[in-house]
Amino acid sequence: MSSQQRTWKTIESGAHTYEEALHPVVRKNYGKWKYHEIPKPGVLKHVAQSGDAIWTVRAGTPRQDTVDMLRRLCEVADKYSDGFLRFTVRNNVEFLTPNQENVEPMIQELESMGFPVGGTGMCVSSVSHTQGWLHCDIPATDASGVVKSMMDTVYREFKDMQMPNKVRLSTSCCAINCGGQADIAVVVKHTRPPRVNHDHLATICELPKAVARCPVAAIRPTVVNGKRSLMVDEAKCICCGACFGACPAMEINHPEHSKFAIWVGGKNSNARTKPSTMSIVAHNLPNNPPRWPEVTEVIGRILTAYKAGGRPWERVGEWIARIGWKRFFEETGLTFDDNMIDSYRHARTTFNQSAHVRF
Amino acid sequence: MDGANDSAMNSACQCNGCGSDSSGGFLNPTPMLDQLESGPWPSFITGFKEMAERTKKPMLRGVLDQLEYSYNTKMGYWKGGLVTVEGYGAGIITRYSMIKDKFPEAAEFHTMRIQPAPGLHYNTSMLRELCDIWEKHGSGIICLHGQTGDIMLQGIEQDKVQECFDELNQAGWDLGGAGAGMRTGVSCIGPGRCENACYDNLRFHLKALKHYVGQVHRPEWNYKLKFKFSGCPNDCTNAIMRSDLAVIGTWKDAILVDRDEVRAWIAERGVDGLVNNVINHCPTKAISLKDGDMVIESRDCVRCMHCINAMPKALSPGKERGISLLMGGKNTLKVGVNMGSLIVPFMKMEDDDDIDTFLELIDEIIDWWDDAGLDHERIGETIERVGLKQFLEGAGIEYDINQVSRPRDNPYFKAKY
Repeated sequence: MSSQQRTWKTIESGAHTYEEALHPVVRKNYGKWKYHEIPKPGVLKHVAQSGDAIWTVRAGTPRQDTVDMLRRLCEVADKYSDGFLRFTVRNNVEFLTPNQENVEPMIQELESMGFPVGGTGMCVSSVSHTQGWLHCDIPATDASGVVKSMMDTVYREFKDMQMPNKVRLSTSCCAINCGGQADIAVVVKHTRPPRVNHDHLATICELPKAVARCPVAAIRPTVVNGKRSLMVDEAKCICCGACFGACPAMEINHPEHSKFAIWVGGKNSNARTKPSTMSIVAHNLPNNPPRWPEVTEVIGRILTAYKAGGRPWERVGEWIARIGWKRFFEETGLTFDDNMIDSYRHARTTFNQSAHVRF
Repeated sequence: MDGANDSAMNSACQCNGCGSDSSGGFLNPTPMLDQLESGPWPSFITGFKEMAERTKKPMLRGVLDQLEYSYNTKMGYWKGGLVTVEGYGAGIITRYSMIKDKFPEAAEFHTMRIQPAPGLHYNTSMLRELCDIWEKHGSGIICLHGQTGDIMLQGIEQDKVQECFDELNQAGWDLGGAGAGMRTGVSCIGPGRCENACYDNLRFHLKALKHYVGQVHRPEWNYKLKFKFSGCPNDCTNAIMRSDLAVIGTWKDAILVDRDEVRAWIAERGVDGLVNNVINHCPTKAISLKDGDMVIESRDCVRCMHCINAMPKALSPGKERGISLLMGGKNTLKVGVNMGSLIVPFMKMEDDDDIDTFLELIDEIIDWWDDAGLDHERIGETIERVGLKQFLEGAGIEYDINQVSRPRDNPYFKAKY
């Protein structure tokens, strides 16, 4: 369609308006809520100052959805929640209804359609994750497949509320870690410096941009076969993959050398302890599609130890802060190694600057 | 976990048409992907296959073939490019197949980022309309939602992008951000359902993203800039870590206490429960036990939310509510992960004047970053490189002891005495 034929004039409207997407009971009690309860896993009850109550039924979705699936969710919403639904930042769908009698039939219908009802309170919630081989231009793996495999193994923990506190998971397909900081995170770890594709480099890359992108100044201009190109000082390279985002000829991804690392103890909430970043606790795990069993096995070990040893309200990082990293590695059966000693910027902040010792 | 593996292996899939055997005949065999159809968690592969068999869209067949190839070779095969709509320089994520000779049906698979309503609220007519427009022009694959908060309509060819956008735009939807500009925002459910919402984050999200709508669509800064709006310090949008500008609801006065509900809580769970699950978790020891009851010393409270979370009927945020602004959150590349840090301890955020004042401040901050920042440098990295003190001076923000966890531990500065 050429621009001459175009009759619509763009309205730069920004975010979609929300008021028409709020249930009338929500609109009536907007900003006037009193308290909430979790009557059972997957169900929330919020009570307003007016005395009105609204029930929420929450269910897991694959995140990579289709129009067919969303139309099925719309049918549920029309039938049980007056045509209103919403999503959480953990990719769960929520239906809000003032009619308590709709809750059980809605749960049964969602479950029969394959959407697990849960994700509330002290549970393992669904995974914040990245795009992977389905759509990203720099991924070393397919987060959607890793997530499906992980959620199959923690399906009961999603549906129950038996953990010490909520467990938030994330998965990322490269070291940029768009999946984010989480209680437990699965993140690609490159283990080998990029191979430079000298044939393509000069035609597809701005050389100074790729040089500037390197955080350790390991990339230098060079000439290969009479063409301008780049070289990598492999002794300096930290295998971060930052250059690959600027220049696709810096080929960091590799079927065998792009591995997985597992990280724990990230927390965004300010509740109790200040927000915290994650620490690495396992690495060199293979990128093993379609089911990534080595990754899900480590996740299972960490969750089992946390479930057994965590006290009420302790997030994974808070549990570890109490029992110490030594016992964390003992109880999970994972191995601390010298690569886990920080050697990057701010490393000193991770050293034990005390005589506090655990035996 | 223990036992969960059994459930993954043994349980029959509960979704309709799971374990589909390509009996529709439209799709090529995808034995690797098919292994992601077993197990109890809903399968994205089953969803894609069902839709492909119904719609017979060649792009879906090609993309599944290429994904199967990726699963076999353990490599990705998409490259970027430049596709956009008239007047915009961002919002379409361009994807061309690097191996289109093998999979010509997957030659183009562009994504349209769409800004959802704040709080990710939908009604079924707007969601159905979105689905209908998307099925008409694109693949029918939708990701709800991307990590920055967009609706991601995945899979459209370049020559259909403008027409699809025009129809979406007429229905009230607009593109989200990409590149070195303002990005789509995220809000928690806020006052829509949560008793802890300390400001109307949905309303302010809408206004803030409208204010920067030009910078969303025509990126022109050093790098990306992200807003997230959390109603309280529980920070359900992960604003502190995931956004350059984290707008987090808070309050200044004392936590509101309903004495009857406190007594009812203690009667049900005992003093042991109060000590072990509430008092011992207070990060600043602001709560003490007195005659079997709890007493909160407000001056010691840092508004962490724990006691309110543990006793939702008995305790609530105070009455003098507003926001804290934290800045600089970003993930690992390149300097390492950076949590946002406190810049403005408190601002009232009740009416349009308040948000105008707030947006004037953000304009100042962006102007400073435009001058002081380097290419591909997030604002938190700029602040760390240049100095927090220098940033505060440059953006005209008052210094405040809440901006640091303690005064400096070295004497290396030049003061004007």
